[in-house]
Amino acid sequence: MTTHALSITGVSHSFGARKALVDVNLDVAPGQFCALLGLNGAGKTTLFSLITRLYDNVSGTIEVLGHDVRRQPVKALQHLGVVFQNRTVDSDLSVLQNLTYHAALHGMSGAQGRERSMSELERIGLASRAHDKIRSLSGGQARRVEIARALVHRPALLLLDEPTIGLDVGSRQDIQDHVRSLMQEDGLGVLWATHLMDEVQDADQAVVLHHGKVLASGTVRTVIERQGASSIKDAFTGLTGPTVTEDAA
Amino acid sequence: MSDRASPNVTRTLGPVHYYRCMAGIVWREALRFVQQRGRFIAALVRPLVWLFIFAAGFRSVLGVSIIPPYSTYVLYEVYITPGLIGMIQLFNGMQSSLSMVYDREVGTMRSLLVSPFPRWFLLTSKLAGGVAVSILQVYVFLLIAWFWEVQPPIAGYFALLPALVLSGLMLGSLGLMLSSVIRQLENFAGVMNFVIFPMFFLSSALYPLWRMKEASPLLYQICQFNPFTYAVELIRFALYMKVDWFSLAVVAVCTLVFLSLAVFAYNPSKGLIARRGGPGGAS
Repeated sequence: MTTHALSITGVSHSFGARKALVDVNLDVAPGQFCALLGLNGAGKTTLFSLITRLYDNVSGTIEVLGHDVRRQPVKALQHLGVVFQNRTVDSDLSVLQNLTYHAALHGMSGAQGRERSMSELERIGLASRAHDKIRSLSGGQARRVEIARALVHRPALLLLDEPTIGLDVGSRQDIQDHVRSLMQEDGLGVLWATHLMDEVQDADQAVVLHHGKVLASGTVRTVIERQGASSIKDAFTGLTGPTVTEDAA
Repeated sequence: MSDRASPNVTRTLGPVHYYRCMAGIVWREALRFVQQRGRFIAALVRPLVWLFIFAAGFRSVLGVSIIPPYSTYVLYEVYITPGLIGMIQLFNGMQSSLSMVYDREVGTMRSLLVSPFPRWFLLTSKLAGGVAVSILQVYVFLLIAWFWEVQPPIAGYFALLPALVLSGLMLGSLGLMLSSVIRQLENFAGVMNFVIFPMFFLSSALYPLWRMKEASPLLYQICQFNPFTYAVELIRFALYMKVDWFSLAVVAVCTLVFLSLAVFAYNPSKGLIARRGGPGGAS
């Protein structure tokens, strides 16, 4: 049996009396694109915080490439690449300095870090900007640098938390295309959190999260069929209620 | 698949990996400091204003008797220099905490914490970066102060280094601990009012404690419970190649306590972030 890039089983989480996640189950296979669909406040960021071990899950298990995040964080986090919702690159440092810093955080030597960083920058077409400060890049370019940074240590799983927020249509498409090519080239498992329904394709896996609960999961096509809807947007609206239609556009 | 494809090999992280990680974190702190020239200048101007203006004004008002480690009467500028060194480290420790709050809000703290190394190690490395920066500031300050008749023995500059490391760690870990409690950037003003100023003024930085005892026995007692007093005394003695063992013990114990509390606060299962819902208020 192939080890899943990510396997989440029976995870619940509360902040005091507020239940942020209730019995969440989710798998991402190597080379698979899994869209985590949910509105703001659905629990996506909490789930990401648990997978990245900002705080521990108290119930259920989260495994990255077969390693339990809570019990074996050193092993699990080695295989995890993350693009956070907020920009997490340092604007005062150059593109290359940001990437080599990340390489050091994974224990790479200076030479290895620079070589891996340049290789990733070439893939996103920004090798010529390696010595430019982050603040001189456009929003889309900075986002691509964040993706390159997340891949410097060659993870098996890439988490992206609303990676296209605030970007123009062209940049959004570029990032989508780049991530999908990574899946094919590297066998990377991708968990892509979004509330933008046009970012998913019929063959993708989809998990609909609402008020901390998984309302539907399966391929996008299956979710649409089960709901008797004509599109994922309609299926999503059917599952989460009509009041959210505008937000989920 | 391309030749770049991940082999998905799980590595064991050994001492060399730990060293690279810490060196990377310290290097980033140094780079950030060097590139923020305004911060560097502000960090120097603050103690220099105290040395050039405050000390000159109070030189004739405040007489300082012969007290250890001094073997003779000293100028007031000479007396307050260790206090101003402590002030540099105090501000630096708190500014590191400000940068932690800022980092946490913009997310770079999250990218640090997602590293596979243990969290205590990541936080200690971040602390080491802050201490390295503060030591750089202190020596530049001492170089300028030398031209202002503050001229401790040359060997004292070397003896000072371990004391600076320890006092920097204590004040940095205090800042680190506070950073887990502070949620809003604006709260740094609160840190100034409720942490920096009381710690600085209720210590032996500006006046010997016997002077304070004459003025108010209560304030004297408070000064004796202020860990900053012991950081200043540790620095003062080290600068004259002496060791104040009691101060050394207090600073070491406080460092351990503050750092333990900070690591606890950032602990993924027990800490404050887990209870509160995390940086930026996770949804």
